[in-house]
Amino acid sequence: MQSLTNRSKIVQKRDLTFMEKLYLPAILGGMVITIKHLFRKKVTNKYPDTVREFTPVYRGVHVLKRDEQGRENCTACGLCAVTCPAEAITMTAAERKPGEENLYREEKYAAVYEINMLRCIFCGLCEDACPKDAIYLTDRLIDAKYHRSNFIYGKDKLVEKTDERVDVSKRKKVYTLS
Amino acid sequence: MDLSILIEKSVLVVILFSVSLAVAAYSTYAERKIAAFLQDRYGPDRAGPWGLLQPLADGGKMFFKEEIIPNASDKFLFILGPCIFMTTALMTSAAIPWGKSLHLFGRDISLQVANLNIGILYIFAIVSIGVYGIMIGGWASNNKFALLGAIRASSQMISYELAMGMAIIALLLTSNSLSIRDIVDQQAGFHWNVFYQPLGFIIFLVCAFAECNRTPFDLPETETELVGGYHTEYSSMKLGLYLFAEYTNMFISSAVISCLYFGGYHFPFIDSLNLPQNVAAIISVFVLFAKVCFFIFFFMWIRWTLPRFRYDQLMRLGWQMLLPLAIVNVLITGAWLTYFK
Repeated sequence: MQSLTNRSKIVQKRDLTFMEKLYLPAILGGMVITIKHLFRKKVTNKYPDTVREFTPVYRGVHVLKRDEQGRENCTACGLCAVTCPAEAITMTAAERKPGEENLYREEKYAAVYEINMLRCIFCGLCEDACPKDAIYLTDRLIDAKYHRSNFIYGKDKLVEKTDERVDVSKRKKVYTLS
Repeated sequence: MDLSILIEKSVLVVILFSVSLAVAAYSTYAERKIAAFLQDRYGPDRAGPWGLLQPLADGGKMFFKEEIIPNASDKFLFILGPCIFMTTALMTSAAIPWGKSLHLFGRDISLQVANLNIGILYIFAIVSIGVYGIMIGGWASNNKFALLGAIRASSQMISYELAMGMAIIALLLTSNSLSIRDIVDQQAGFHWNVFYQPLGFIIFLVCAFAECNRTPFDLPETETELVGGYHTEYSSMKLGLYLFAEYTNMFISSAVISCLYFGGYHFPFIDSLNLPQNVAAIISVFVLFAKVCFFIFFFMWIRWTLPRFRYDQLMRLGWQMLLPLAIVNVLITGAWLTYFK
């Protein structure tokens, strides 16, 4: 049969030589290989103590951003929920009352905002769809939980705390009109 | 009998007992650590600093596990199995000389429980009884996997004991003594038997691996084919005893290898330092322990290097390679002693 590439090798089965039949040199060679691993750098990541490096564009748990004055950006327009291919996002809109201007940036806000983390596929389309700079995916991970209901993240988990801002500058896309 | 001898020996026995158990316990830790390091991992490091309390955690877990004795098993033999295995594993340490004699309270205290003039035969006899622990345990479980493991263990032990005995015979021809202390003392300086009996040493080492059921000869408990082998039906501390006794066996066989082939508690040039007797005795104990630790490490090192034998390969190696080689070794040694000495 004609070979299609020039990489093929003809392999012949031959009997072992006496030294090979002894196996001891081969065993010693194997032992040298294993002992070398004793001094190698470990590949294990001790997770809770050290967190592995994330790429700048890693898509983890979402954050609902606030603006510089600490007001929620989200206006409950529902574009994220519409664009979500996994239908993981639900929300209930409410109207801002007078005196709540320091809480919500615009007249409408999300009274309830829930993402089901078991449904979410972390595609990042919500982030692309958001016209108000409100939702971003971050490099944080979802904690392991015993019950399914614990994976529906509400505003208590999603909205960033004013004293603990989440840096999303790496994920912000800059679009220019051409 | 002299009361002081009784006290001296009892203290020595208690120390030996606890040291054997402690070494066995920390062998489990060392096994996991070395396994991890050889595979580029960290191993247990959560319990205490560097995971040093891991053996305690494991032991505690074993104690609090549910004790299950299968209905179909023979209850008496089921309990007897691990007892025999553990007892025999601990008994062998009595004949091993752990160091030079100490000079305390105006008398010499030998660091050996019993200086038997047939020490090697004693160890061989006890080790042979040890296989009954596995056999009885596997048989009494009334489980096919356990029975298969037990059959494998017994046939493997019997096959390899032959070659091991033959390897020892060549050693005995040169040493002219069955007492382990005599054999150790003959190796003072750097006259280690391994240089005079290299072939015998390799045969003995391979057989020691088989006797301890260590990889590549761990067929009695092949977890990939026999569930757990002879201890499939065991749980809680009875399983613990089996696992523990295996590590004790490893410790003792390391000690026997160091004594027979690597000069025991002797170390080259240490005699020329003219140290006081007690200091020399303590150093000699540490020297022996260093050798033992190296061999325990060696056991583990091999475990993560070689894959397991197939059963027919195991039998072929034992009967067709090691036994004839050992006999040839005896013949060569005998001829050498007759014509060149």
